[in-house]
Amino acid sequence: MDMNEIKEIFFQECEEQLAELESGLLRLNDGDRDPETVNAVFRAVHSIKGGAGAFGLDDLVSFAHVFETTLDCVRSNKLEPNQDVLKVMLKSADVLADLTNVARDGGSVDQARSAQLIRELEALAKGEAPPAAAPVAAAPKAVAAPVAPAPVSNDEGFVPVAFSFDDFGDEDEAVADLPSYEIVFKPKSELYTKGNEATLLLRDLSRLGEMSIHCNMDGLPSLDQMDPEAAYFSWKVSIKTDKGEDAIRSVFEFAEWDCDLEVTAHETGEASEAVADDLPMQPVPFDLSALDDEPDAPLGVVEEEEQIAAVQEAVAAAEAASNVVQMAASASRAPAADKGAAAAAAQNNAQQASSAAAPTIRVDLDRVDRLINLVGELVINQAMLSQSVIENDSNGVSSINMGLEELQQLTREIQDSVMAIRAQPVKPVFQRMARTVREIADITGKSVRLVTEGENTEVDKTVIDKLAEPLTHMIRNAVDHGLEMPEKRIAAGKNAEGTVKLTAKHRSGRIVIELSDDGAGINREKVRQKAIDNDLIAADANLSDEEIDNLIFHAGFSTADKVSDLSGRGVGMDVVKRSIQALGGRINISSKPGHGSVFTMSLPLTLAVLDGMVVTVAGQTLVVPLTAIVETLQPDAAAIHSFGATQRLISIRNSFCPLVDVGRILNFRATQANPVEGVALLVESEGGGQRALMVDAIQGQRQVVIKSLEANYTHVPGIAAATILGDGRVALILDVDAVVAASRGQSLQHETSLAAAG
Amino acid sequence: MTYLAKSLANGGRELIAFRMGNQEFCVNVMSVREIRGWTPATPMPHAPQYVLGVINLRGAVLPIIDLSARLGMAPAEPTVRHVIIVTQVKNRLVGLLVEAVSDILTIKDEDIQPTPDMTSEFERTFARGILAIEGRMICLIELEAVFPHYESEAA
Repeated sequence: MDMNEIKEIFFQECEEQLAELESGLLRLNDGDRDPETVNAVFRAVHSIKGGAGAFGLDDLVSFAHVFETTLDCVRSNKLEPNQDVLKVMLKSADVLADLTNVARDGGSVDQARSAQLIRELEALAKGEAPPAAAPVAAAPKAVAAPVAPAPVSNDEGFVPVAFSFDDFGDEDEAVADLPSYEIVFKPKSELYTKGNEATLLLRDLSRLGEMSIHCNMDGLPSLDQMDPEAAYFSWKVSIKTDKGEDAIRSVFEFAEWDCDLEVTAHETGEASEAVADDLPMQPVPFDLSALDDEPDAPLGVVEEEEQIAAVQEAVAAAEAASNVVQMAASASRAPAADKGAAAAAAQNNAQQASSAAAPTIRVDLDRVDRLINLVGELVINQAMLSQSVIENDSNGVSSINMGLEELQQLTREIQDSVMAIRAQPVKPVFQRMARTVREIADITGKSVRLVTEGENTEVDKTVIDKLAEPLTHMIRNAVDHGLEMPEKRIAAGKNAEGTVKLTAKHRSGRIVIELSDDGAGINREKVRQKAIDNDLIAADANLSDEEIDNLIFHAGFSTADKVSDLSGRGVGMDVVKRSIQALGGRINISSKPGHGSVFTMSLPLTLAVLDGMVVTVAGQTLVVPLTAIVETLQPDAAAIHSFGATQRLISIRNSFCPLVDVGRILNFRATQANPVEGVALLVESEGGGQRALMVDAIQGQRQVVIKSLEANYTHVPGIAAATILGDGRVALILDVDAVVAASRGQSLQHETSLAAAG
Repeated sequence: MTYLAKSLANGGRELIAFRMGNQEFCVNVMSVREIRGWTPATPMPHAPQYVLGVINLRGAVLPIIDLSARLGMAPAEPTVRHVIIVTQVKNRLVGLLVEAVSDILTIKDEDIQPTPDMTSEFERTFARGILAIEGRMICLIELEAVFPHYESEAA
């Protein structure tokens, strides 16, 4: 596994942590004061910081550090997580997400924004109210400032401070004027299982200044009671340093949950003596340089050594803890201990992961798709088998029939479960929307609350990925156009805070996503006037409310009086509608003046299957996507009108619609079929125009699995994809847009390369 | 390279021979994935005449080529006795409709005779050479030359 792969995993984990962070903050925002929630949020930021540190992503580390500091204040109840605080934190979470993305994909972040947030976070940590937005010019300096504390301890360079029996007792003279601290460090066994080592921590600590260490071995049980993986030692350290308590704590930063740590400051001078007096046992000073590279250097321990050596075998995992003593005896055993520690750490990580969430694995999407394909094939095969058994077995009660029925149930179940693998909750998309709402609310100066429901509703991953864009657009519209300004809302007797509600639910094999706002609703008079101005409708057209509402889905339609940053550039709802349709979905709007609007989207659960109408054209079976069909009708001779040499029109309720013979367009037959003998499918295509597609007969309606034609063949004009029907044969799925375009005179191009080769 | 190594070690290469009309052809066995019976294909619109359509190969859509028509001979009239040789050309699968599979041959490279000069340019593009086996003449077909567009599309 190379570095890039590890980094990729880190970023994947970052995404999870960020989602965790955001959902935690939102829970806090809703009034949840469970300490576990605060801890979860803290852990998320801390993990990102830790990982980013390992990859040298300094920007990310420094921001996460400040964020973490402020969260720590919340965790220790120094800071009340009220709305204002959480607002800053949610923004910080957004910036953290941005920084993560930049670290992964390159690009740049809004420095001023992150600097501003760093200042706000620091102010919060110090117990002040968030400062008002400061001039941007001050920004770069502020970015640098918070970075400082962490690296300092390492930059100093290591100055070995050798202790010996001779020196002992004299040290308070040498550095008498420095402040001294007493540190009680008692590791828990988790510290070692996570791969931390007390020795290294103590060595880091020694870099801060002159110190003396006493190892407390009182907790060491007799050999028969000893748990080899437990931690029994604790250390009492007195140190003289001018770096302050923060520097000391930062040494233990990554271990602080796995140990008991007490840091107390002492008055200058008296400290060491006081420590020495307090100690319950004889101090065991040792030569710190021994920790560095001389495992066989003589240690200051004499009396204990024999005893310790005796128990060494049992202390295998705790070895790291007693390293101080250990080094003298066995340099050779170190690798084994390391291995043990690594294994323990791995195990521990696994345990942590499983306790945090249900266990998951990452699987390549291709593998899942392959499985889905094969299972789909299994279902078809099973159906074919049943068919032939039934044909050949007239009494129909044989044991083969029974077995086949069970097989059928099994295969259905397998298919459902395999499809479920690809399904993902819509939660991540909804969470992104929360951010969009915050940002737009900020820009527009509106106060908005996003309520989400059903975020665990599952839908195919590809659908989720393609859902984000139209949804973002709609949310923008809802906040920018839908909701009124707070003053207006109060005047209308509403809560000053607008509510945007996003819900997802399953309904009859589709996912239904609803976006509602409690804003002003659609101003129908304005929409109508605008449509007339833009020549979309006739001035005297008589439209129902629903028809007027649906006008906003027309291209180039925007009712905002002024074009804002966010929306209203006229590429709004028509784009949304088109992308929803591209997903095989439908979108509807209903609006109540003064009470807001509701957009309802209904999408297929997966892009791998499609609702289609199975039709016959010139002896061939074709599938027409159901979403394209507006209605079907049986034309009678009177409704067909010839138009020019070859064109024919069909009159439907007094409007004329071009009639397109699918069999002719696809070259399945040489002459046009008689429309009266067939069925007309009224379709709506991308351009908005309606066409009546002539087919010979409708076989029925069914869900089909989409198969790629391009994989082994080549793109065929007029054909979107292929599918396999219950009889095992391939049927082609009609590309309605291409067929309609072809009927406009742009012929389907014969650009298949097979033709070119022939 | 592994194939080359193998054929060097065995002192030969394996070919699958099949019949179309009254002629025999063969292709490298390494490009053959499977051989299956004829099933009616779904015709494709706007396809060249030698593309008979597509069939369902365990969930994949497999185009079927009438090899006889592709090589400029009389189009086949598929019966249940015809077989489809599923071959892999580059990274795509193609089904070749032939009359019958006749043999599996193990030959040495030196057994392959060059295509005679008299043949037209068209035949020479896909005929890699000819073999004389037990008095029969078998034409070795280069599949990548038969479907050159696959190459250009992959590039």
